[in-house]
Amino acid sequence: MGAAARFLLRRQGVNKGGRGWHWTDVVTWIWLVGGLIIMFGPAVWLAFSSFKTPAALAEFPPSILPYVTSQATVEGYDKPLQLYDAKMPDGSTRVLAEVRRIGLVSQMVDPQAPGEIVRVNMNDRTPVRTLSFATSNYTEPFVHFDFLRYLWNSVFVTVVATLITLVVNSMAAFALSKYEFRGRSAAMLIILATLMVPLSVIMVPLYSIISSLGLFNSLWGVILPTVATPTGVFILRQYMLTIPDELIDAARMDKASEWQIYWRIVLPLTAPALAVLAIFSVVWRWNDFLWPLIVLSRRELYTLQVGLSIYSGELNVQWHFILAMTVVTMIPVVLVFIFLQRFITTGIAGTGLK
Amino acid sequence: MSTASSPSRLGALLMTPVHFVMRLIDAPVRGLQKATGIGGMAAFFLAPNMLIFGIFVLLPLVINFVYSMTGGTAFFLSERQFVGADQYARLFTCGSYLDPMSCQEDAFWTAVGNTFWFVILQVALMIVTALITALILNRDLAARSFWRAVFFFPVLLSPVVVGLIWKWILQRQGLLNFILYEFGGTEPYTWLTDRNWTFAATIGVSIWAHMGFYALILLAGLQAIPKDLYEAAEMDGTRPARVFWRITLPLLAPNLLVVVVLALIRAVQIFDEVYVLTGGGPGTSTLYLTQYIYETGFASALRNPGLAAAASILMGVVLVVLTLFQLGIGRKQENKGKR
Amino acid sequence: MGEIKLTDVKKSFGAVDVLKDIDLHIRDGEFVVFVGPSGCGKSTLLRTIAGLEKVTGGEIEIDGKRVNDVTAADRGLAMVFQSYALYPHMSVRQNLAFGLENSNMPKQEIAERITEAARMLEIEPYLERRPGQLSGGQRQRVAIGRAIVRRPTAFLLDEPLSNLDAELRVSTRAEIAALHARIGSTMIYVTHDQVEAMTLAHRIVVMRAGRIEQVGTPLDLYNTPANRFVAGFIGAPHMNFLKGEVVEAETGTVTLVIGGGHRLLVPISHHKLSVGDKLTVGIRPQHITLANDPGSLAVKVRLVEALGSETVIHADLNGEKLLAVVSGQKQIAPGDEAHFSIAGAPLHLFDDNGLRVKGA
Repeated sequence: MGAAARFLLRRQGVNKGGRGWHWTDVVTWIWLVGGLIIMFGPAVWLAFSSFKTPAALAEFPPSILPYVTSQATVEGYDKPLQLYDAKMPDGSTRVLAEVRRIGLVSQMVDPQAPGEIVRVNMNDRTPVRTLSFATSNYTEPFVHFDFLRYLWNSVFVTVVATLITLVVNSMAAFALSKYEFRGRSAAMLIILATLMVPLSVIMVPLYSIISSLGLFNSLWGVILPTVATPTGVFILRQYMLTIPDELIDAARMDKASEWQIYWRIVLPLTAPALAVLAIFSVVWRWNDFLWPLIVLSRRELYTLQVGLSIYSGELNVQWHFILAMTVVTMIPVVLVFIFLQRFITTGIAGTGLK
Repeated sequence: MSTASSPSRLGALLMTPVHFVMRLIDAPVRGLQKATGIGGMAAFFLAPNMLIFGIFVLLPLVINFVYSMTGGTAFFLSERQFVGADQYARLFTCGSYLDPMSCQEDAFWTAVGNTFWFVILQVALMIVTALITALILNRDLAARSFWRAVFFFPVLLSPVVVGLIWKWILQRQGLLNFILYEFGGTEPYTWLTDRNWTFAATIGVSIWAHMGFYALILLAGLQAIPKDLYEAAEMDGTRPARVFWRITLPLLAPNLLVVVVLALIRAVQIFDEVYVLTGGGPGTSTLYLTQYIYETGFASALRNPGLAAAASILMGVVLVVLTLFQLGIGRKQENKGKR
Repeated sequence: MGEIKLTDVKKSFGAVDVLKDIDLHIRDGEFVVFVGPSGCGKSTLLRTIAGLEKVTGGEIEIDGKRVNDVTAADRGLAMVFQSYALYPHMSVRQNLAFGLENSNMPKQEIAERITEAARMLEIEPYLERRPGQLSGGQRQRVAIGRAIVRRPTAFLLDEPLSNLDAELRVSTRAEIAALHARIGSTMIYVTHDQVEAMTLAHRIVVMRAGRIEQVGTPLDLYNTPANRFVAGFIGAPHMNFLKGEVVEAETGTVTLVIGGGHRLLVPISHHKLSVGDKLTVGIRPQHITLANDPGSLAVKVRLVEALGSETVIHADLNGEKLLAVVSGQKQIAPGDEAHFSIAGAPLHLFDDNGLRVKGA
């Protein structure tokens, strides 16, 4: 324990003969622990909340874990009765079900012996609460609303867009890194220039192009404009430049066609960069919001992001469903984060691209 | 042997259909190669990307200018009538240039003003936080990659999820009000319906969502500073504060500049998480440029795509200037590296 | 068959002429080495033969057929690259099979050829490994193996030994020579190392700045270099060059003055030299001996490198540098006065343009 604590609380300069806690060590740990709470806290809070019933969600002060007040069906009563811990005059506590309340006095029965009515002062009883996960928050939107459809749409858009992105961008990167041809720098410049043209600048004319191609209200209209990412071409080209040209020459001497060189030599060797781009692309496409919002106006075509935002914007927000679906929307990204975080952070640090 | 190769065998199995498709493509492409020679293959490999770029990026860019000079509510260019510079004139028609509300398109100028202050405050606060985070992560920490991940986590979340998380926390009966009540005894704030707070909320939330990304880049920059410089400074008996101002900051400056411009470019385009969090409200207190363009172009009943195009071109000009600036910095650094 | 004929071959990259009017005839089964300093165009010449670079002018013929417009794949040649260029994601076996599969060879035959090549090169134990798991020497063998299985008309080798350490280089060099003796195919070998060239080649092609300076057997080049460049390039350490002037020119002999006063009588059959001509006299360091007689060259010793079996003496002759390699160990130190004898040494005379004076 002591060694572990020493390791975790290791401080700057401690090996160089520094003594005690420097103020910067204090700041460091306040910042780190504060960061842990602020960065993870909200998502964790959301996840816990997503298992609460609407009644529990409305409680103030809120509890962290999803508790519900217990009920019991008691013989002789049609409706289920609320259970309470009641303090008896002799100081003991019994679990009783409340029949009705008159003024400050509550009339209660023992669920095991419902014949006898016990009168308890209102202040001497507290509701029995048990931990209960309202999984119906998750199942209901899938079964009764269109969320299963939205989930499918999101998966479709993400997978298809990523596959096309990988193929199209790697082909372009191959041409730009392994061929000498006139207009190569012009092509590079055009791709570079598109970095300056974010969606928000061209959304109006892009919409008209999508409509005239008949892609309005089509998932393909969401996919196609996103697949030729300049970022992707750059990451891949940068990587392909490190593949020695002699390998290409060797393959040509080995009677490989250019297409074979592309998919049997260059693509396998670009695998690490392709993996990074694939991860990025999955996150990008899964998270896309504005463009799908513009292109998709029929409910059955919504992606999760669009569906969520439309539902959350409705007048009587059903928070228990929204929270659960937010968690569902978050899951793939969290999985990517947990398992592939290292790829992404090195990818960003290496290229400065998001 | 068999256990070691089983994942790769699975991979090979998964790749079989891919190989099949690739082989199918090979025959016609080989024919093309015969006809055009190796030089022509470059065009072949470049074509799909360029086609998509052309249709979905360059073409819209050109059309945008035409759009901004036409009027009406139709989306097809052929159905729109030419109005010259009317849309721009409309944007710039103001009673007094000091008061956005006196303009004909007061919403546009409100959005411009909101975006301006948002960009300034968000970028300034975020970069300072990111820098502090990077400096702390650059210390001799145990489990540094864990802490790095902590600050990076929100970056991957979708803007809609970010918006909803904070909408849930900032609502009247939300967690934040509860914490303030528990520890400060304060009455609940109405974060998302009070004009004074919504603006701050959008800034705070967008910093929360993006700060980790910039911290990561700055951390990479810090780690690229040669360690022997610090050792030399230590030998000279330099005080830590002086080390920061005279060594760390100057050497990080190029990185910092790139990060600032990148953050500016992103901040100008702020939309998604704010749209979900506040919807631009209450009133127009968090109406930013992209939302103005979106609503003018598509959402409102009185949509005016031409006006939206004109506004988007003005925004585009700002972004182009910022990007060129960024590329300029990049080139300068590259040249420095060569020398 | 592996006869390769180059006629007037030119190659330029933009405004830069890399190859200028190359004429060369390589006979079937010959081992030809292209040698020259870096940037002389020897690798480019090899790549144009391979078909990896297109010529800008001239003709390339293989076995009598013009191949200018034939792609690298269809010229029937195989190449061993400087970096070996093994496909890192394929096993050794796959590396060897790749080219054969591309020409749709039956699986059975591919397997046979790989087995045979692997046995010949002793790489059987590594067939299932990836190049990354092999040592430099093993990779080198695989690279050669990849060429062998193709059974090419000719082998092209681009500095194949330059990535090996010194010891391995010597043994591999011998193996390549043995391989050539066994297979008997034409081999074209590019190197900047003149020792490799001397030990391997039937004929050496010395190149400089895109031109062929001389083609000949190793001993031809050593004994009768066509010009000053070849004389300086072939042989280690470099040939000494001294300024000389013709003071007497008679039929059969000329008399030169070198080193500020030393008279040198050179027998020369028929020459066009006349009194006052400036020449360069080349003497190989190995042909200089230490002497005591006053008729020899009086030099000042600058540096002595005692290598045990021989001693390298850097000396100064009236302001010109002179290097001597004498056998055995000598009692001599920097600053000493010494006498170099060049009596009996083959002398190489070069005119103003650096060309060999015929007949000397």
